Amino acid sequence: MSGRDKKVVFKGRVLPWLLLAPQLVVLAVFFFWPAGEGIVQAFFLSDPFFNTMIFVGFDNFRDLLTSPEYWDSIRVTLVFSLATTATAMIMAFALAVAADRVLHGSMVLRSLVIWPYAVAPAIAGMLWLFLFHPAFGVLALALRGLGIDWDPLLDGTDAMVLIVAAAAWKQVSYNFVFFFAGLQMIPRSLIEAAAIDGAGPMRRLRDIVLPLLSATTFFLLVMNVIYAFFDTFGIVDAVTEGGPGGATRILVYKVYKDGFQAQDYGSSAAQSIVLMAIVIVLTFLQFRYVERRVNYA
Amino acid sequence: MIEHTPRFDAVCWLILAIGLVAIFLPVYYAFVIASQPDSAQSLDLMTPPGGYLWENLRAAWTKDDLQRQLLNSTVMALGITAGKLAISLLSAFAITYFRFRFRMVAFWAIFITLMLPVEVRIVPTFEVVANVARPLTSIISLAGIDIGLNFSMLDTYSGLILPLIASATATFLFRQFFLVVPDGLCEAAKVDGASPMRFFFDILLPMSITSIAALFVILFIYGWNQYLWPLLVTTQADMTTVVIGVARTLPTDNADTRWNLTMATTLLAMAPPVLVVVLLQRWFVRGLVDQEK
Repeated sequence: MSGRDKKVVFKGRVLPWLLLAPQLVVLAVFFFWPAGEGIVQAFFLSDPFFNTMIFVGFDNFRDLLTSPEYWDSIRVTLVFSLATTATAMIMAFALAVAADRVLHGSMVLRSLVIWPYAVAPAIAGMLWLFLFHPAFGVLALALRGLGIDWDPLLDGTDAMVLIVAAAAWKQVSYNFVFFFAGLQMIPRSLIEAAAIDGAGPMRRLRDIVLPLLSATTFFLLVMNVIYAFFDTFGIVDAVTEGGPGGATRILVYKVYKDGFQAQDYGSSAAQSIVLMAIVIVLTFLQFRYVERRVNYA
Repeated sequence: MIEHTPRFDAVCWLILAIGLVAIFLPVYYAFVIASQPDSAQSLDLMTPPGGYLWENLRAAWTKDDLQRQLLNSTVMALGITAGKLAISLLSAFAITYFRFRFRMVAFWAIFITLMLPVEVRIVPTFEVVANVARPLTSIISLAGIDIGLNFSMLDTYSGLILPLIASATATFLFRQFFLVVPDGLCEAAKVDGASPMRFFFDILLPMSITSIAALFVILFIYGWNQYLWPLLVTTQADMTTVVIGVARTLPTDNADTRWNLTMATTLLAMAPPVLVVVLLQRWFVRGLVDQEK
């Protein structure tokens, strides 16, 4: 970082700390203190009122990792994240390529595609529930007309399809903005040269466009996984509440349930630490990407 | 275009059509349901929009706490946006334009918060908000003194806003921007005898306006769409946000609920952030793409 510092700076020792104070106070009170307490709680067994705390070492983690319910939640989270990320990225990429090709990069489509980003996850979940609700959802009724018994309130797979649809629908807009911007940056001359050499549209997509968009794709991959892990809480809480039978109980929802409804603080805190580890890995990947970009630039 | 490929172009048009149908389908049927009269029975794919949209929107608008919840969401979204912008601008200014001891410690302290989203520290953060004096009393009780200090931020605007206004992302974005501001400006300001704060308010801030506008849209959406946090820190219907309010009206298996009203309420709850994104599209896209840098 030293090489990227300012050469001309102001003098002062107290002023910079005053400027930093608001941020640092908020961090200390609402980030570092709770995170520290969370780490402590993970190693203790306590009653809901924190009157007695017994040191239990790694027991909370051992209980967690031997609980079939937790592994089930991990499996559900992986399925959900993979399905959401794949759906949202493939749809956005296809839309961006199609728009770049036949709309000649006009911005019309962008306006039509970006607005779901602004819809709250919980509300996106509700909109899709109204399509898929077994009693009055128009898509559910249409499926029933085709002989498919559709009930996301009773069937785990149907419930998963529902929350993936809602989560991916919201994220397509985000991915589209990046893919579309990425496509516009590819020099026309490159595409034209390949066309003159006889490469058809699919060939150019595979050999020119995809490699040039690989950095963007990697960035989006990480951002989509973070989104699927952490920002989809509202969809699950509003639509399925983790059900039926735990079929949509993603990790973040389980931390909340165990902490607030079951008041199992030790287990909830241990789960939080596992999530923290996941965030650290994802953040690390994100920064690897930034470095790579700098190297290529 | 480069060459004529009617078949490939047809596939492209098909993809566009399918994509747009998928994107507009949920909101189209939300309008269809919200425009039905109370007497409407079940719908199917072909049901056209009814003529009661306006009545239902009006009925939803005057429902119990809706206006209050819309106000709460607005206060929360604007509070978070203003708070994040203000403290990030000040922090970025301190880190970029000063050399002081432990500067890197401050930098990393802010950086680390990227790894601590509220979702991974739910219970302890809730406890702090339930009693903001908690860190203080805990430290003092280590010395054997028990002071019964208690200050709860549950069901308050500060409880909704303050814990969410720290922002590593915004701080780094402004730092990046400040780093490319020409050194000559700072030099000139110093020669003219301007104080650091004068430089900040008169030169740096006006230059940052476009970055601020771009971030404003993203942060407003972020604030408006918060879910987990308002769910935890509000217990009263008149202090919660409209997103939570709408989600709570959703009974999953109650057949005699007035779905038309529920959908009309949903439309009202999603309208403000959608309008912000559509109307301020240029800034929104810029703000998004800036995150990649």
